[in-house]
Amino acid sequence: MRLRVTFAVAARVLAQLRRDHRTVAMLIVLPALLVSLMWWMFTDSPNTFDRVGGPLLAVFPAIIMFIVTSVATLRERSTGTLSRLFTMPMGKLDFLLGYALAFALIAVVQAAVVVTIALYALDLDIRGDAWQLGVVAVLDGVLGTALGLFASAFAATEFQAVQMMPAVMIPQLLLCGLLVPRDQLPGVLEAVSDVLPLSYAVDAVGGVAAGNGFGEGAGTDALVVTVFILAALALGAATLKRRTA
Amino acid sequence: MMKNAVECRDVVVIRGDREVLHGVDFDLRAGSVTGLLGPSGCGKTTLIRAIVGLQAKVTGDVQVLGLPAGAAKLRGRIGYVTQEPSVYFDLTVTENLRFFAAVLGVDSADVDRVIDAVDLRSHAHERVDRLSGGQQSRASLAAALLGDPELLVLDEPTVGLDPVLRRDLWELFHRLAEAGATLLVSSHVMDEASRCDRLLLMRDGVLLADDSPQALLDSAGTVDMEQAFLTLIDRKAGAR
Repeated sequence: MRLRVTFAVAARVLAQLRRDHRTVAMLIVLPALLVSLMWWMFTDSPNTFDRVGGPLLAVFPAIIMFIVTSVATLRERSTGTLSRLFTMPMGKLDFLLGYALAFALIAVVQAAVVVTIALYALDLDIRGDAWQLGVVAVLDGVLGTALGLFASAFAATEFQAVQMMPAVMIPQLLLCGLLVPRDQLPGVLEAVSDVLPLSYAVDAVGGVAAGNGFGEGAGTDALVVTVFILAALALGAATLKRRTA
Repeated sequence: MMKNAVECRDVVVIRGDREVLHGVDFDLRAGSVTGLLGPSGCGKTTLIRAIVGLQAKVTGDVQVLGLPAGAAKLRGRIGYVTQEPSVYFDLTVTENLRFFAAVLGVDSADVDRVIDAVDLRSHAHERVDRLSGGQQSRASLAAALLGDPELLVLDEPTVGLDPVLRRDLWELFHRLAEAGATLLVSSHVMDEASRCDRLLLMRDGVLLADDSPQALLDSAGTVDMEQAFLTLIDRKAGAR
């Protein structure tokens, strides 16, 4: 692993994003807009918003990051830049970590915006600390990034990559506890939800919102999310092939 | 210094369920410019990808700079130019080259050197997607020149360039070879053949010839490379 290469990739990805205002706007503004839309929908039942608002801070950043990053390595494959990089001293993990690092920085801005708006403009009522909510929101954005990079390494074309979104993210969205609390799911589905990363992302946000800080459960969930992030990147690196047909 | 930069023995490549290279044998002498000529679809790119270690399902032996093709120790010692310009179109020429220089760990002063080598000084700060096709392929070539690689493998680097630029690039290739680099340059344009020290003529996944341009013309009894190619094909067909 070479940090020099990872930082070079991250700096390059950020330089490309700087030129792409629409994608940056999508990444930073969209989660906040979607949370605002939910607030508006539940304007007559603020308690409901307080219940789903927290989990949404996990779900929206994760899904949006997933979509953007799932085409990332495919773009590099189709333009031949990945071939060039693979003839250079660049590890597969260095490459994915570079992307993860660049999007983690975006996730920090994204989380700051969406958490600030949810807490102070939309009056989302939470018992925990705002900064802890911010930290888990960042982790959830990075989780979406890592899963997206994994899916990207798995897909053969950009067309296949965008199809990964409904295949990978929607089942997690249905089972993460947002629609039906996980302990009320049928036994089999509850067991499935126990091994899905988004469940822990939502539990972490839910825990902080309920006033269980990092010391009382939410920290464990955040740690599980971190493990999923690292596992997804490692699996993505293992799946990415230097030699192709 | 080793005698051969590349040694291929009985190289067979399978893509899907089709064999596209059927046992290719040749050596690239260190410090030479070799042309890999043949019609589109004959297996040139597949052979090139086998040499740079990006092709799956290769059997036989491909030795590059004394190591098996694709060895980790070769990374950074080979400059590879793909057929389509493999640079980031939303970055400038300089930004692209600085990035690749950082990955290679070479000094950023090298960026200026390669920009001058491909004559892109006046476009150094333009985004690649605003450049012409020829300028884009030169930007891609510049990236392959970073860090003075010992072996340069160039897949159709002169397609779409005007004659003056093509001449300049061939002069550059020979200067690099004189400085000790080994170059393999593919082309489907037969008139580039005379610019090479040595030629590999390829058709349908087999090498028809591996000789100097003059020896090829002499053996075919012609002065035209296209005609020599046809004569060789006819002879092969007759031998079967």
